[in-house]
Amino acid sequence: MIALLLLAAGLLLGLALGLALPRLRSRPPRATRPTTTRQILLPFTGTTLSRRALEAAMRLARVEDATLMPAFLATVPLHQSLESPLPKQCEIGMPLLEAIEQRAAAQHIPVDARVQRGRSYRHALSRLLEHERFDRVIISAADDPRTGLSGDDLLWLLDNANAEVLILRPAPQDTRTVSSNGVRGHF
Amino acid sequence: MVPDRGHYKIFLGMAAGVGKTYRMLQEGHAELENGRDVALGLLESHGRAETAALAEGLELVPRRRVAYRHQQLEEMDLPGILRRAPEVCLIDELAHTNAPGVEHEKRYEDIETILAAGIHVISTVNVQHLESLNDRVAELTGVTVRETIPDQVLGTADEIVLIDVSPEALLDRLRAGKVYPAARIDAALNNFFRIENLSALREVALRQVAEEVEAKRIVTELVGTRNELLAESAPQAVGERLMALVEPYPGAQRLVRRAWRSAQRLGSQLDVLWIQRPGRRLTAEQESSLAALRTLTSVLGINLLVEESDMLADTVARVATERGTTYILLGRSREPSGLARLRTPLPQQLMRRLPGVDVRIVADRALRHEPTP
Repeated sequence: MIALLLLAAGLLLGLALGLALPRLRSRPPRATRPTTTRQILLPFTGTTLSRRALEAAMRLARVEDATLMPAFLATVPLHQSLESPLPKQCEIGMPLLEAIEQRAAAQHIPVDARVQRGRSYRHALSRLLEHERFDRVIISAADDPRTGLSGDDLLWLLDNANAEVLILRPAPQDTRTVSSNGVRGHF
Repeated sequence: MVPDRGHYKIFLGMAAGVGKTYRMLQEGHAELENGRDVALGLLESHGRAETAALAEGLELVPRRRVAYRHQQLEEMDLPGILRRAPEVCLIDELAHTNAPGVEHEKRYEDIETILAAGIHVISTVNVQHLESLNDRVAELTGVTVRETIPDQVLGTADEIVLIDVSPEALLDRLRAGKVYPAARIDAALNNFFRIENLSALREVALRQVAEEVEAKRIVTELVGTRNELLAESAPQAVGERLMALVEPYPGAQRLVRRAWRSAQRLGSQLDVLWIQRPGRRLTAEQESSLAALRTLTSVLGINLLVEESDMLADTVARVATERGTTYILLGRSREPSGLARLRTPLPQQLMRRLPGVDVRIVADRALRHEPTP
């Protein structure tokens, strides 16, 4: 009887270990970001983003083992509260964030996206820089000047960002962009 | 007195030659037979004999000549149409860019003026001219279309009719010389008119119309007028309410974005739910992710609910019941380890506790394998 009980207990223990050990060995690490990881901010405003800027950001993120932080900047009209929902602007920004994230994920680059509101794009950017630490900021001067960050905004960024700022000005003929149309599958 | 805006109908096609202009002319004849005053504001027959033959019997407003850089260009005569003031005006190829010096840069803007004068307009356009699809079409076909129109132009139409033929049928029409003259057929077959291009464009066109129809169906059923059609917040479709289950880590934002997009498509409300384990302190990284989630949900205008509980499935079921949730979205969970493998996975637990509620596991699209050709 005792032998039978011992045998049953052994079998149970074996089963438990058999279930647990292989998993413990092969358990994939959670896709988290240690606090010391370098962070590369890639702010954008329009419906498209210069592909050159994204490629540069991804290249740096890969080399530096950094997290890419694409940030959609949205503006809130003065007659609305600064914390108002902005679904119309999000219709533009969210698919583009998805496209960026998919491109980065395909290259195994960790992504941690952000959205920030402000009275102007510069205000949104300043709020972002105020609350988070970034090691680099990569910005495309070729972004649509009618809707994106102006030359003054870029100068402001150089003066105020507590990070290395990389402003890319692609050749005029380099019109390649990343847009929401690059999203794989329906989003 | 300001006249009521005219009715705007657009025939949308995947490519040249599907029969948009032909269908527009047929519609013109039908209107004429019904006793309405119809004029042909602009016809681009591209030398197609069938099209030219069908235009017979419809009054044509002659084009006007516009001088540009020592050339005489022919453009639609907007003042002439407004003077003629028919009840119904047929205007081909709304994406056309006008010669400099006329009233508007683009023909769709001319059409807006005509509609504002109370004239009904029937027009045509190909899907590759839509601004938001331009990059995608270029990527699919290798052809960049220069003449684009804002997507909102389709949004202002009262009716959009997709003229659809199978890619095979269109290629047969092309080979038979019904689309381009004989000299251009080979080049067309070798470039734009390839079966894979046409299939992709057809899919794009079908999706576009489906989305337009869906957006309008939701709004017209509950609101009614055209101006209100464009109202910022579309009313909810009856009955659907979504809930996304999140944890504070960077990947959760993707889940929220996907859930938000799905909610938009369904015209539904969305709640985002995070169930916090009691007594567990968040790491700095989780705090940062939670702050980002709060901002994201606030910008999107959705509710972030935080519940404290150890009983995950029970709490989700309770909140879902309270909120009237019909659709739950969750990310792919980590592989369970040890004895946790014996536990029923969360999606199954939810399906058991919430009969009649859809449960969707949101995948990472970037990891999807491309289908092999």
